[in-house]
Parts: sequence; C-alpha cells; structure tokens
Amino acid sequence: MSTLFTIDRDAVVALITGSLRDLYEQNGIAAGDEPGEDTYLIGRRALLDSLGLVTLIVDLEQKIEETFDVALTLANERAMSQKNSPFLTVGSLADYICALLNEQRHA
Amino acid sequence: MTTDRQVVLITGARKGIGRFLAERFARNGALVEGCSRESPDWSLEGYTHHLTDVADESQVKAMMTSIARRHSRLDIVINNAGVAAMNHSLLTPAASLDRIFDTNVRGTFLVCREAARLMQRRRFGRIVNLSTIAVPLRLEGEALYAASKSAVETLTRILAREFGPLGITVNAVGPTPIETDLIRGVPSDKIQKIVDNLAIRRLGRFEDVANVIDFFVRPESEYVTGQVIYLGGVS
Repeated sequence: MSTLFTIDRDAVVALITGSLRDLYEQNGIAAGDEPGEDTYLIGRRALLDSLGLVTLIVDLEQKIEETFDVALTLANERAMSQKNSPFLTVGSLADYICALLNEQRHA
Repeated sequence: MTTDRQVVLITGARKGIGRFLAERFARNGALVEGCSRESPDWSLEGYTHHLTDVADESQVKAMMTSIARRHSRLDIVINNAGVAAMNHSLLTPAASLDRIFDTNVRGTFLVCREAARLMQRRRFGRIVNLSTIAVPLRLEGEALYAASKSAVETLTRILAREFGPLGITVNAVGPTPIETDLIRGVPSDKIQKIVDNLAIRRLGRFEDVANVIDFFVRPESEYVTGQVIYLGGVS
C-alpha cells in the first residue's frame, strides 16, 4: 500500500463518515455510535434505507469531485456485480473508492 | 457561493419556446442558464449560455458542474430541447430514429438525472419536461417523434416517484402545434387538421406553455408530480 493510498484512504473515510452523519441528521436517524469503518451501509444492520444509500452515493460522488477533482461513478455495473458488495460498510466503500481513485491516477 | 435568486435551466434555449421562457424567467428575476448545440444570436442580463448537446453525458455533466460551482443550487429545469421529424414510417431512415431518441429521450434523462443530483442537496426542485399532443392523438407521420415523447412521459411519471422523496417534482406539458421551427416543414393542411380536432381550435402560443409551466414550478405545487397536462383540450 503506497503512502499516497494511505493518505487518500483517511480522507475518503472522513468524507464517507461526514456524509453519513449529515444523512442521519437530515433523516432524524439516531445512530448512537459515531459512524466508523465498521458501520454497515446495507443489510439488516444498516441504518440507511435504499433511498438513503442512493443519496449517500450521489453526495460522495460530488464530494470526491470537489476534493480530488476526479469524476467517479460509484454505482457502476462493476460495483453491482461484485460478489462482496463494496457498499457493505464504510471501510469496504473506502477501499473501493481508493481503488477507483488509484485507477484514475494511473490511467 | 449560494445565490438568493432562483436558478433555472432551460435546454434548447437558443430559439422558439426555449428563448421565450429564458427571457420570461430572467424578467421575473431568476438567474437563467440555457443550453443548445449552437450559440444564440442574442444575450440577456442574468442569462448564461452553455454550448451543450443534451445527449452527450460529459457535456451535460460539465454544464451541471459549472452551475453548481457558480450558484450552488438549481431550482427549476425545463427540458425543452427536442427534435421532430414528420415522415411516413415506411420512408423513415434509422438515422432519424437515433437523432430523435438521442435528443428527446437520452437528453431528457441525462438532464433530469444530473439536475436531480444537484437539486437534492437543497431538497427542492421542479423539473418540467416537454411532451406533445402527438402522443394522445397518435398522429400519423409522427411515429418516432410521438414514441420518443411517450418515453418522455413515462420517464416523467417514474422519475416523479424516484425523486419525490428528495423534494423534487417532475411533470410534463404537451403543447399543441405552435408556430416554431419544429413545425415549419409540416404542410399547413396537416396543421389545420390537427387544430380542427382540438377542443379549442387555434394554434398554441408560447404563453399557453408558460402558463402550465408556471403552475408546475410554483412552490405551492409541491404536491403535484408525475402529471402530464395537454393544451388545447386534448386528453
């Protein structure tokens, strides 16, 4: 793992948790614990509904473009076809975004 | 920086109804963003033009990024850009199909999608798509145009459901023939035949379209979505 990747990943995790906090607040969701790497985004343990996840993805795409000046499409066919969904947790989503960012940088 | 003024995007704003609406919204104090594939031969205070082909995803995204960076908001979108072709189906080349569906369906979808991404930030948005009475009247010679606008109506109804929870309404207006470039090539007897079948027997006016748009976009219309209103008494 490169230094660049590590720095990016911390920033990406911060972007995701920040968006998640905003979404919880907008939708009156009492999250209890602060969102972190292990916070679920889909499935029974997730606090977001399907529309909430869509809103999170849209919000993240906009923030990634503003922060990294890269236009990423997160919910593409590749993401949807992966056996282990990259949208499962904050951590898995951060890994997925970092992988896409690195691909863009080396393209 | 977020402006206090309403920000309105009108596609196909270079001429015809699009230009009329751009001037009208600007006169009423809105910041108007317009687009078309060619530059307009006019300018207006409070109006910004984008050279954008609505069927081109990257161009639509670039236009929305520009609007977001300058205004941080988008309140109203009028999907007016459209192309028509009147021809018997047996004489219609596949190229016409691509051209009509690219602008009317693909373009409307791309603009709706990118606009909603921006609108959902403020949990407010009004999208109005342009249909036509050729859909309910099933006009001969307009198979592709009417089919493309049928798709626009279905998009309108389904996007209304998808965007509803985001505070965004999506509606459509279906004008009768209006004296624009869109019908310039249509024989006058054909137009007259259509007019004779209307409940109100006259050509449409830009003001008729604007009146329905005004209703759809007003804040009080937050409970009106997924609707298609035809002009001239067509149902």
